[in-house]
Amino acid sequence: MGASLSIRQGAQRSTFALFLLLAVGIMLIGKADPALYERTRMVIADIATPVIGALSSPVVAGAELIEEGKHLLAAYDENTALREENELLRRWRSAAQGLDSENARLRSLLNFTPEAKATYITGRVVGDSGGAFLRSVLVNVGGRNGIRKGFAAIDNNGLVGRVAEVGQWSARILLITDLNSRIPVLVGQNRERAILAGDNSDLARLDYLPPERSIRPDDLVVTSGHGGAFPAGLPVGIVVSNGDDLGGEIQVKPFLTPDRLEFVRLMDFGLTGMLQDQDLGLASQ
Amino acid sequence: MNGPPWHNLDTVARNAAPTLLLLFLVILGQLPFSLPGDSAVTPYFVLMAVFYWGLHRPDLLPAAVVFVVGLLQDALEGEPFGVNAFVLIAVYWFVSSQQRHFGERPFLVLWLIFGLIGLAAETLRWLLVAVLTTTMLTPWSVAFEYLMTVALYPLLTIAFALAQRALPRGGGNFMD
Repeated sequence: MGASLSIRQGAQRSTFALFLLLAVGIMLIGKADPALYERTRMVIADIATPVIGALSSPVVAGAELIEEGKHLLAAYDENTALREENELLRRWRSAAQGLDSENARLRSLLNFTPEAKATYITGRVVGDSGGAFLRSVLVNVGGRNGIRKGFAAIDNNGLVGRVAEVGQWSARILLITDLNSRIPVLVGQNRERAILAGDNSDLARLDYLPPERSIRPDDLVVTSGHGGAFPAGLPVGIVVSNGDDLGGEIQVKPFLTPDRLEFVRLMDFGLTGMLQDQDLGLASQ
Repeated sequence: MNGPPWHNLDTVARNAAPTLLLLFLVILGQLPFSLPGDSAVTPYFVLMAVFYWGLHRPDLLPAAVVFVVGLLQDALEGEPFGVNAFVLIAVYWFVSSQQRHFGERPFLVLWLIFGLIGLAAETLRWLLVAVLTTTMLTPWSVAFEYLMTVALYPLLTIAFALAQRALPRGGGNFMD
């Protein structure tokens, strides 16, 4: 028994060592050919998305139930606050309407060319990697639905991220809080250019600002459209700290709420957007 | 194995239970749970399962399954391929080889051991991701994930123990 035990233990040990080596090999190949793994990953995501989607429905429903319960408890206070906000917003609306008509008049005076109209494809967020290393979500629409890499992802609050990987029936969206996310933005009333960089936390920071700047907390951050990566003017977040106290780091609280992300609109803009508009125009004639 | 055919089928199904459980936990880790206070970080469920089965019934969980589940986790979480496979296999190897020393300890001691192994595993994972992506990652979200994983271990242990009770006893425990 003793001899057979040690043989079995030896076999066990070499099995483990083999798997460890295999994992190292896979890591090295992935480093050498990232595109291969991207394709593999999306094939796996395509298979897993229906399963995750089916299982996530009850989870989302449960979370919504809890959320509704909380709302019910806070209804009175919320109502009062909303009334006040509504009053304020009404004033803003009339201001905005005035500006809008003025803007339209000025644009017609200048012969301004508007940007290509964007088209949207809406997807449901089925998976949330929840990883400590990557801020991304999986949506249940993919290449077959017309999704392409680089589409901007937005929800009701503003920019969410961009499509980083596309499968047949699923796509992965890199959130703006991810470490690898870099977005050209305009900040505040002076519309100062900067790059919004994620760092895997719930806040993001502004990089590459001009040395003399007038950024204050509560300043709005919107996409600038530079580099053609995103359409211009999408709301991204607000400045929460102007860097005087944090070693010069300007922090932005994104409008993105990863824990409440349920549906995202994937925005087709730029060249593909124009082509589709043309197609639609021909079809309607 | 001389029972009626349906008995064999039953045994097969029960032997496959830890494998199915592991697959379920990978998917569970992908579900959009919303925790109060933002931070959509989910615990490292699979680590708990690998630790538990490595400790109690390594005969029912082949190393190949742990490896494949690790790769699946890599794919779904978007981490570099091989990272989770490496970490999980390393943990599984260590735990199943120490089964004799750990096996009959009181639960609090096992929890402490899990805490230490989890710390080593998350550190290793963090280092591998940092090296493979050549970026310094903020350790806070990893630390948060680690704390959540350790905090939830007792709860998952109860679930695993209930599952284990339904499994066939003895059989091919290689440490016997």
